[in-house]
Amino acid sequence: MKKAALKFVCLALSALFLLPVLAACGKSEAGDTFVIGGIGPLTGGAAVYGNAVKKGAQLAVDEINAAGGINGVKVTLYFEDDEHNEEKAVNAYNTLKDKGVQVILGTVTSKPCIAITSLTKEDNVFQITPSGSAVDCVKYDNAFRVCFSDPNQGVGAADYIADKGLASKVAVIYDSSDPYSSGIYDTFKAEAAKKNLEVVTAEAFTSDSKTDFSVQLQKVKESGAELLFLPIYYEEAALILKQANTAGLKIKYFGCDGLDGVIDQLGDDVELAEGALLLTPFAADAKDEATQKFTAAYKKAYNDEVPNQFAADAYDGIYIIKAAMEKADVKDPAISASDLCAKLTAAMTQITVNGVTGEMTWDASGEPTKSPKAMSISVTAGEDGKKTGSYKAVD
Amino acid sequence: MSFLSYLISGISLGSVYALIALGYTMVYGIAKMLNFAHGDVIMVGGFIVFSFVSTLGLNPLFSVLLAVVLCALLGVLIERIAYKPLRSATSLAVLITAIGVSYFLQNVALLIFGSSAKSFKSVVPIGEIHIGTELVISGETVVTIAVSLVIMVALTLFVNRTKTGKAMLAVSEDKGAAQLMGINVNKTISITFAIGSALAAVAGVLLCSAYPSLKPTTGAMPGIKAFTAAVFGGIGSIPGAMIGGVLLGVIENLSKAYLSSQMSDGIVFSVLILVLLIKPTGLLGKKINKKV
Repeated sequence: MKKAALKFVCLALSALFLLPVLAACGKSEAGDTFVIGGIGPLTGGAAVYGNAVKKGAQLAVDEINAAGGINGVKVTLYFEDDEHNEEKAVNAYNTLKDKGVQVILGTVTSKPCIAITSLTKEDNVFQITPSGSAVDCVKYDNAFRVCFSDPNQGVGAADYIADKGLASKVAVIYDSSDPYSSGIYDTFKAEAAKKNLEVVTAEAFTSDSKTDFSVQLQKVKESGAELLFLPIYYEEAALILKQANTAGLKIKYFGCDGLDGVIDQLGDDVELAEGALLLTPFAADAKDEATQKFTAAYKKAYNDEVPNQFAADAYDGIYIIKAAMEKADVKDPAISASDLCAKLTAAMTQITVNGVTGEMTWDASGEPTKSPKAMSISVTAGEDGKKTGSYKAVD
Repeated sequence: MSFLSYLISGISLGSVYALIALGYTMVYGIAKMLNFAHGDVIMVGGFIVFSFVSTLGLNPLFSVLLAVVLCALLGVLIERIAYKPLRSATSLAVLITAIGVSYFLQNVALLIFGSSAKSFKSVVPIGEIHIGTELVISGETVVTIAVSLVIMVALTLFVNRTKTGKAMLAVSEDKGAAQLMGINVNKTISITFAIGSALAAVAGVLLCSAYPSLKPTTGAMPGIKAFTAAVFGGIGSIPGAMIGGVLLGVIENLSKAYLSSQMSDGIVFSVLILVLLIKPTGLLGKKINKKV
């Protein structure tokens, strides 16, 4: 009897403690809106990418809410910073889970993305990464992506160079310590062999020695290559362009989406990049209606800032979630993340989304099918002689 | 012809290492401590010049002078706040503090300037030199080599010929005895840090001019390589730092060119291990016999 009374007191007490928690739950927006959680680096080395994703996603959410929401239900977006760090990404994911998030948009960069995929798999939460391009980002069936995978970029680049007849002898400088760069290089090499594209020299650098490229460039110069393929990020690419200029190397440049940002990085030396080609899914000045509408809205919302491909990937990501929810006919905002995951995973393989990064379909592996676009860097001189660069879509 | 061009780019890289190594070796030789924050003072020097030139539009050479003065002050300040209270502590405690200062500087720079790399405008006014049709030597290379040589000679003369320099040598041999002889030990160590940090500012400007990208971690890797160079040449020895730096740069670039571009760092450090096995004090290091 005494024991039972004690039990009762305990239960009553714990219920009392739970009350404010429950009340808080009821008050939060989780009850009457769909909640999407975004994760990406808002500070740290990859902050450019994370902030672009956050802005692109927020723009899409605002548009959807203004148009009445998804199946009549409004959407809330929470965004957490992961500093491009695996542990921080896990913390961010846990914070979002506490906030009642039902779908994960993220993460932005590959390494943190791989770190949380096993967690979303375990919790059965639907995950779509806008820009995590490593193969393992979508290794579980609950994960999908918007962007190309690394191997796809390598194949796409080799095909583009060969099909357009840009060069027959190609040199490569890549970062052997980075999975993104070496991943692209490996598939590029394999595809180039199939397309009779001769890789005359492939020079590597590592994250510990990425300031001095004079030796690599000298070897490229001697190899007689007509085109230099740079599957690397823009910071090193800008240094390579400057040092190639000093060394008197005249060559065509070709890069992947990591090169996006090289114009700002070069500053006053932007003419060095003139004519360089990038294979990326998005060009802000492409002529199609969807891109123009998105670019105008983004500029209006964010102080005339021109959206990059990360913003576009995120914008598409939100609309992909919307399309999948509509296909699965989800109307209850209180649906559990796990139930939602099952419905969305099934819906993903049935939808076609015509976004700003192209027309996309998915198979169960989580990889999108879409065709890459090429952009070239063009430089114009203003009246005061100051040169400005911009990305132009190439047909 | 290509060998010559590899050699020249190696000497160019090596002279930057040498310039940084001079600061390491100087502080180690006199204060007997490894100032791991040295690489980050380089970064601060770079950011000072970057701010003055790009943001305020000051004359580049004047900005470099300002950076030298400010970095010297920063060096003295770091010594006063972080190292002086630990003068009698174990060398391990000072080492850890130095690493702490290094992270502190990096994070402050991260807070002020953000993490994205800044495009640094070279302060070197001369253009590249063409020899024949193939060989190109950049103006930065010429200036870096010249500046490193001048600083090496000036430092050697300063330490051996001036009163302050002799006081430094005395402090480096025996702090207690130096104090008994009427040498102000604290002042001497402060001057050492001021000179070391002023050198770091010069190194930072030349590093960023040669490899024009600047971010809060810019000084970290060159700092470690320069430390290696200082050990390679014999830490504490001023000409040793110079030789160690240049050799390190040349070995790094030649192994990149003829062996493997991925393995170059591995090869550099293997050479270092070999040298230290054969001559544990480094190339020009002196063996000091301590009497018990």
